[in-house]
Amino acid sequence: MSDLINTTIIIATVASGIRLATPFLLASLGESIGQRSGVLNLGVDGVMLLGAFAAYYTVLKTGNLFLGIMIGLILGALIGLFYAFITVNLQAQQGVSGIGIYLFGLGMSDLLFQKLVGTPRPIMPFRILHIPLLSDIPIIGEMFFDHSLIVYVAFLLVPLLSLIINRTTYGMNIRAIGENPEAADSLGVSVGGIRYSALIIGNMLAGLAGAALAIELGIFQHNLTNAMGFIAIALVYFGAWRPLGVMAGSLVFGVVAAIVLQCKTLGLIPRSASDLAAMAPAIITILALVVVANRFRQPTALTKPYVRGG
Amino acid sequence: MNNLKTKMISWTIPSCAVLAALIIGAIMLSALGANPIKGFGTMFASAFGNLDGLASTAVKSIPLLLVGIGICIAFRASVINIGGEGQMVMGALLATIMALAFPGLPAIIFIPLVLLVGLIGGAAWGAIPGALKAYFNVSEILSTIMLNIVAVQFMNFMLRGPLIDPGEIERGTRIPQTARLPEATDLPLLLEGARMHLGFLIAVLAAVAAWILLWRTSLGFRLRSVGLNPAAARYAGIPVKRSIIMALAISGAMAGLAGAILVFGSESHRMVTDGSSTGFTGSAGFNGIVVALFAGLHPLWSIPSALLFGGMLVGANALQRAVQVPSALIIALNGLIVVFVVSSEYFKRRVQTVQTDPKVQKTVSDSDKNQESDNLKD
Repeated sequence: MSDLINTTIIIATVASGIRLATPFLLASLGESIGQRSGVLNLGVDGVMLLGAFAAYYTVLKTGNLFLGIMIGLILGALIGLFYAFITVNLQAQQGVSGIGIYLFGLGMSDLLFQKLVGTPRPIMPFRILHIPLLSDIPIIGEMFFDHSLIVYVAFLLVPLLSLIINRTTYGMNIRAIGENPEAADSLGVSVGGIRYSALIIGNMLAGLAGAALAIELGIFQHNLTNAMGFIAIALVYFGAWRPLGVMAGSLVFGVVAAIVLQCKTLGLIPRSASDLAAMAPAIITILALVVVANRFRQPTALTKPYVRGG
Repeated sequence: MNNLKTKMISWTIPSCAVLAALIIGAIMLSALGANPIKGFGTMFASAFGNLDGLASTAVKSIPLLLVGIGICIAFRASVINIGGEGQMVMGALLATIMALAFPGLPAIIFIPLVLLVGLIGGAAWGAIPGALKAYFNVSEILSTIMLNIVAVQFMNFMLRGPLIDPGEIERGTRIPQTARLPEATDLPLLLEGARMHLGFLIAVLAAVAAWILLWRTSLGFRLRSVGLNPAAARYAGIPVKRSIIMALAISGAMAGLAGAILVFGSESHRMVTDGSSTGFTGSAGFNGIVVALFAGLHPLWSIPSALLFGGMLVGANALQRAVQVPSALIIALNGLIVVFVVSSEYFKRRVQTVQTDPKVQKTVSDSDKNQESDNLKD
C-alpha cells in the first residue's frame, strides 16, 4: 500500500519537475543562441515578464491560448530587434544594458497589469495533451507523456536546435561569429545580420517562456517570474552552451524545485527550511560555474561588440 | 577650449539620453490618459517643492547614492557588480543581528558599530564573487546574480525563523519581520520636523571619500589602471587579482552600508521581508547602477544624480495619487534610462575618435597638446 503511494508521489514529482523545467528550458535555450553568437542578454527576466503579461492579457480578453502564445512570441521578437540594435549597431555594454531591459520589463509589465487588469483574474490554463499509446505506458507514460503541448514543444526544440547549431550553415555561422567575428567577416558572413537573427530568435524563446509560465499558472501578478530569467542565464553556463546541457540543467532545476514543493505540501520540511533549500540551485550554479569556467570555454567573442577593423 | 568642448559633449550626450527616456515616459503618460505636463509637474513639486518632499527625496537617495558610489569604483576597475541587491541584504542582515545581540549599548557606540558591521557584511558578500573571478575565472556578472538569489533566500529564512519577532509567533500572525530594534540604533534626524536622518550625511561623506580613494590614493590608481588595461597593469607590477577582489569588496561594502542604513533609518525600525529582494531594497541595488552611469561613474556627480533619481521615486508615489498612474512607470523609465545612457556611449566614443583620429591630429594646435597633458592628470 505504502509502495503504491510512494510510486504515485514519485510520478507526480517527476511530472511536475518536467512542467516546472519548461519555462527555464525555453528561456535558457534562447539565451544560449544569443550567447553562441557572442551577445550576452541579461534582460531575459524582463522579456519573460512582458511575454507573460502579454499572453495573459490576450487570453483573458480572447480566451484564445494560441493567440496568447503568438503575442508572447511577437513581443519577444520586437525586444530582440531592439536589443540587437543597441548591442550590434550602438555597441552598448551588454551586461548593463541587459539590466536596463530587465528593469523596463519589470516596471512595464506591472504598470500594464495594474492599469489594464487591476485585480488578479485567473485564465484558462493549458489542456493536457495525452500522447496516444505512449501515455498508456505505466509510470513512464504518466511522467513524460501527460503534459500540455508547450512542454513537448520545449523539449523537441532541444534536438532541433542541436541539429541547427551543429549541422547547418546557419548554425556554423552563429558559432563562427561567436568565436572569431573578424575571420567570419572576412569570409563574407554578415556578423551583424546573424547576431540580429540570433537575438530575435533568442528573445522570442524568452517571450514564449514567459507566456508558457503565465498560461501554465493561469494567473499574472507583479514580478511573476521572481528572477527565473536570471537563473535561465546561469543554466546556459551550467549547460556549457549546448542545448543538451541546458536541458539537463533545466531538468535538475525543475525536479529539485518539485521535490522541495512536494516535501513542503507533505509537511516533511518546515517553511523556513524550504527557504534554505531554495538557495541550493543558486549555490549549485556557482559551483557549476567554477567547473565550467575551467573546463569549457565560453564563446570567445561573448560580450565583445564587433567593430570592423577595430 | 577643446577640453571644454569634450566635457560639454560628455555631459550633453547622457542628458539627451535621459531626456529621450523622459519623452517616452511622457508619451506613456498620455497613452494612460494622464496629462504628461501635469504628471511630471506633480512629480517634481512633490519631490523638490517643499521641505517634506526634499527630506523624503534625500532619504530615498541614500541607498541609491551608496550603491552608486560602489558601482563607480567597481566599473572603473572594469568589474561589473550586479550584486548590489544581495550585498545590501547581507549587510542589513548582519547589522540587524548585531543590533539584536547587544541591546543596551549607548547610541554613540551602537550606531557606528552596527553601520560598520553592515559595511563588513556587504564587503564580505562582494569579496566572494571577486575571489571567484580572480582565482577561478568565474564571470562576476553571473556569480553576483546568483549570490543575490542566495542572499534573498537566506534573508527569508532568517526573518521567518531565527530572527522573527517573538510577538509575531505569540499572535500567530507570523509576519516575517524582526522585533523593534533597540532605540539606541535609531538614526538621529538631521532637521527639526523633517524625516531626513544621519544616513544622508554618511552617504555624502562616503561619496567624498570615494572620490579621494579613486583619485588621490595609490589604491585608487591601481584600481583604475586595472580597469583601463589589465595587461599593462600586470606588467607595471600591480597585483591584478587582489585589485579585482578589492574593487568588489569596496563596492559591496557601500551596498552593505546602504542596507544597514535602510534598516536603522526605516520608520518601523525593523527589518522586514516580503519574500523578494526588491521588497527590502526597493531595487536600489539595480537603480544604483543607473545613478552611477548618469553621473559618468564619478562619485561626486553621483550626489546630484542620486537626488534626481531619489526625487523620481518620491514623485512616482505622488503620480499614483494625483493622476492614478501606477508608480511602476518609474521602474520602467529607469530601465529605459539605463539602456539609453549605455547606448549613448557610442556617440560619445565617436566624438572622441574623431578628435584622436591621426588625420585630424595633424591639425591639432600646440594649445591642444597642453590640454592633452592636462587630461592625463585628470
